[in-house]
This record gives sequence, C-alpha cells and structure tokens, in this order.
Amino acid sequence: MSPISRGFRGRRSESPADTARTPPGQYLTSDFPVLSAGPTPHTPLRDWTFSIQQAGTDLRTWTWQELLELPAEEITADIHCVTRWSKLDTRWRAVPIDTLLAHVDHQARFALAFCDGGYTTNVPLADLTGGQAWVAYEYDGRPLAPEHGGPARLLVPHLYFWKSAKWVRGLDLLAADEPGFWERYGYHNYGDPWREQRYAGD
Amino acid sequence: MAGTAVRGRLTWQVATVDEVREETASVRTIALSVPDWAGHKAGQHLDVRLTAEDGYTAERSYSIASAPGEPLAITVERLDDGEVSPYLTEELRAGDEIEIRGPIGGYFVWTGDNAATPLLLVAGGSGVVPFRSMLRHRHNLGSEAPIRLLYSARSLPDVIYRRELERADAGVAIIYTLTRQQPPGWTGHAGRLDRRLLTEAAWPAEQDPLIFVCGPTPFVEAVASGLTELGYPARRIKTERFGGAEAP
Repeated sequence: MSPISRGFRGRRSESPADTARTPPGQYLTSDFPVLSAGPTPHTPLRDWTFSIQQAGTDLRTWTWQELLELPAEEITADIHCVTRWSKLDTRWRAVPIDTLLAHVDHQARFALAFCDGGYTTNVPLADLTGGQAWVAYEYDGRPLAPEHGGPARLLVPHLYFWKSAKWVRGLDLLAADEPGFWERYGYHNYGDPWREQRYAGD
Repeated sequence: MAGTAVRGRLTWQVATVDEVREETASVRTIALSVPDWAGHKAGQHLDVRLTAEDGYTAERSYSIASAPGEPLAITVERLDDGEVSPYLTEELRAGDEIEIRGPIGGYFVWTGDNAATPLLLVAGGSGVVPFRSMLRHRHNLGSEAPIRLLYSARSLPDVIYRRELERADAGVAIIYTLTRQQPPGWTGHAGRLDRRLLTEAAWPAEQDPLIFVCGPTPFVEAVASGLTELGYPARRIKTERFGGAEAP
C-alpha cells in the first residue's frame, strides 16, 4: 500500500481517451525528448548500409539508396520511453522488417540490433515481424534528425522506446537471446510498457 | 561495453524525508532515510513515486546526489511546467514519506577504480548532480584521480553546491561559465560552453580522459559534438540528457 503524498494532486490528462492510451507510470508529452548514452554519430549516407546478419555474418546488405527503393509504409504509432514520457500519434515513414527479412533465409528466433556508436538492443523476432516493427527514416514528414536516430532508426512501438534503436545499421539474427546495451545495465530484457517492464525483474 | 547489471528486482520502498535543504532558489537537496538500500555507484539515479489521495500516481527519475556509502540524497530542480518537481521542491518537508526504488543505471557511473585516468565532467545546470556524487566519492576514497568539472550555469546564484565546490580537494579543478549574468568583477568565463572553452579546459586528448556530460539535451548535444570534433573518441564520452515536457 503506497503512502499518500500529503498535498500531492498531480496533473491528470484532460482526455480519458488519451489516458487509456498511456501505459502505467507514463505521462504524455507533446515534445520529442532525446536520450542516448553517448555523442550523436554522423555517418555519411554514401557510407551507410543496413545489413541482416546471422551470428555476425552478412546475409544481405542494402545501401541507403537501396533502402529508399524498398516499399515503405506511413506509420502512426504511440511511443513510450522508459524515462516515462509517452507521445501519441507519432508519424513515420518506414520499411517493414518483414520486407527486409523476406530477402533472407533463416531459422533464428532472436535478433540483436546494432548501431553506429556501438549501441545494441535485443528483440525477439516474433516482435519484429507481423507488421510490428520497421526501419524508419522519416519523422513527421521530414528526414529523421540525427539526435532522434537519423538517418534511420528501428521502430518497435509496442516495446519501450530504447528497443527502437537509433542510428541502426542492421540486425544480427541469433538462435539464442543475447542482451543488448541497456539490457546488460539492468533494464528489462523484453520491455513491455503495458506491463511496466522497466528494469530486470519487473 | 559489458557492465555491471542491476541484479534482482528493484522493489518500491517507503523513504522518510530527513531534510529538505535549499541549494538555489529553485533547487532542493532531499535527504532520505531508507530501510533497505543496497548501495549505489556515483552517477546512478533512482525512481520516485508520489501517490495522490485518490490513488493517482506519478513517477520520475532523479540523479543521486550523495556518494556511495553516504546517507541517500537526491537534488531536484523545480520545473515550472513540471508535475512532480514542484511538489518535491515546495511541498515536501522533513518527516514526509515518499516511495523510491533504485539504484538504476550502470553506464553513467564512476567507480574510482582507475585513479590514473583523468576525468572531465561537463555539467549544464542541474546536470551537476551526479558529478557531486562522483566528487564526494573521490574525496571519501582519498582518490587522486585528476578531475576537471566544467560547469555551465545561468548565474552565480544558480550554481548548485557552490560552497561545497569552493572547498574542492587538491587535484579537482572547478571551471564555471555563467551564461546569462555575471557578478561585478567576475573574472571567470561567460557565455555558452563553446569549442574555445572546451579546448582550453578539457584534458589533452592524448591523456585519454574519461568524459561525462550531463545536462539539458541541447547542451549535451553541443558539448558531445564539440568534443568529438576536437578528437575525443565517442567511446570515451558518456552522456546523460534530460529534456522534454518535464525533465527528470
């Protein structure tokens, strides 16, 4: 039983519909806050590639131009950061992970996303497929800004936003799950915002 | 990149407020008594949960201001459009209870293990809080790790922990820059923490300093980009950003 914080009223959302879309422990923001563990990398687009690997070996690689030529979708999604802000109806242009995976043969059940700057995050393949995840390169009708993960970031909106890795450069398909960067520092391995899986053991 | 994970489940527990100390007009340090605190590392944070009478709750994260082994304390800056920080800085008083859990985060930490590595700490505003934990930790350890703290504040009255920073140990240099207002006769730096000041105050890149940058997002973006352009490798630069509708 939580003690009552004497004199605390809090600030409720005015819209019950918005409240219903806000996971436990989150608050809504109209800003787009930035969180990253290091400096923002700036890889020139001519050097940029996206690779699907299997246990570290390239199965298929796309250049920036080749990625742009793949069929893309306009996505509208609510996003939830583990630092507690949620943002409703964010708009992205993105290539479905399903489209990328259709080009490779594999039996993997897990993926480790890898990024410029050394960041990694792990996501089960079941959460990356079936129209649930994308490689996003436009936000709100404009090229994705570097501080928000541009030129391209992973977009897995049904998990906490650290899983939507910024500056993504590929997916390593793995037979066994392997924790990524924040997952090794005590954050939850799966990260479902609706079950408030912030930290290991939640 | 392998790190020390936070092991086991972080459970909410009730902390009692021992003291609320005024640091600046908008900043308070809140000393807490916690029945079961597993200890923390300098640079980590904790979660606070407030509960209204009707059961509505709000949670936020705050950097830990005390050193490992010291009584637990957080330092909170009041944000005008905030939901939790106005309560913590204006309403909360000694004897009150709040829920906390932690410690959280294992990357933006300094353990003091390697005293030969120079440390550069770059703070914007209340981004100085985790660095106060690191500086106190250095003092408590008797560490001789060379540390420079570059601290950007709006004005001298906005400097948090000012008296404590003035008594910094030998081997610790505190370099201020005051962005909005400088007192008469101010001989220190004025204006934004730019490339020129970074060049002047940062350790030479050959000394391979470990760099921590903490502050509002635009500040951290500018400083971290400036440092990489000056040749400091990205892997040596750890950042913690706050920003948005309400910063932690």
